[in-house]
Amino acid sequence: MNISLDTVIFVVLALVIIVFSVLTVTTTRILRAATYLLFVLFAAAGIYFQLNYSFLGAVQLMVYVGGIIVLYVFSILLTSSRNMDDRTVKVPQSRFWTGLISAAVGFVICAFLILKNTFKEQVFEYGEVKMDVIGKNILGMDKFQYLLPFELMGLLLLACVIGAIVIARKR
Amino acid sequence: MVPMQYYLLVSTFMMFVGVFGFFTRRNLLTILISVELVLNAVDINFAVFNRYLYPEHLEGMFFSVFSIGLSAVEAAVAIAIIIVVYRNLENIRVTGLNKLKD
Repeated sequence: MNISLDTVIFVVLALVIIVFSVLTVTTTRILRAATYLLFVLFAAAGIYFQLNYSFLGAVQLMVYVGGIIVLYVFSILLTSSRNMDDRTVKVPQSRFWTGLISAAVGFVICAFLILKNTFKEQVFEYGEVKMDVIGKNILGMDKFQYLLPFELMGLLLLACVIGAIVIARKR
Repeated sequence: MVPMQYYLLVSTFMMFVGVFGFFTRRNLLTILISVELVLNAVDINFAVFNRYLYPEHLEGMFFSVFSIGLSAVEAAVAIAIIIVVYRNLENIRVTGLNKLKD
């Protein structure tokens, strides 16, 4: 059995994702949860890079890791006070087991479906998606081209910025 | 080449960890962090399906890009709301936020 570099990288990324996503939802300190989420997002970006979607990985790094995590850390520091940690609030046992069992059942069902389903033939082409292809597809109006969602996303971002400022400003 | 199913299993695990966190966390910010896990798992799925099953198109990749943008929007607005809630009520634990009931 030969182990390729792809497999090794995938195993490392998968382990990082699994371990740190569990830590994200089980740690009792909020700031640590945000830091563990950062590692999960890094590993997700690594998966995109492994799939040869460098553009997507770069977007993930810039928007998620550089933007959203910073936003979270800021808001955690803005809203932190002595008894905000989850330590001070005991989760009821019933709620804990409800969450655990429903998540486990959902995972088992989905894993069963994934492993049992026969997908169409899988192909993996090495090589980067060319940047001009991405640019033409995102700014074109033909079939499989995405100018309208792109514009909508810009409008949505504008609305979100205005909305966030209106909501959060001091009166 | 790693078979596609392994990626899907990892992202499924990540998604249900997020669901578990959504059920059990008691702080608005940690609940939001769990939601981010779910959203990210979906993004990975889009990219993996695109790469392995339809490598000649780019739909999955663009949906992931737009979905990342949507998550940024969602996080920004939700965090603004949470900060306002904290400013008004000095509390962001979901068990304490029952003012609308009165």
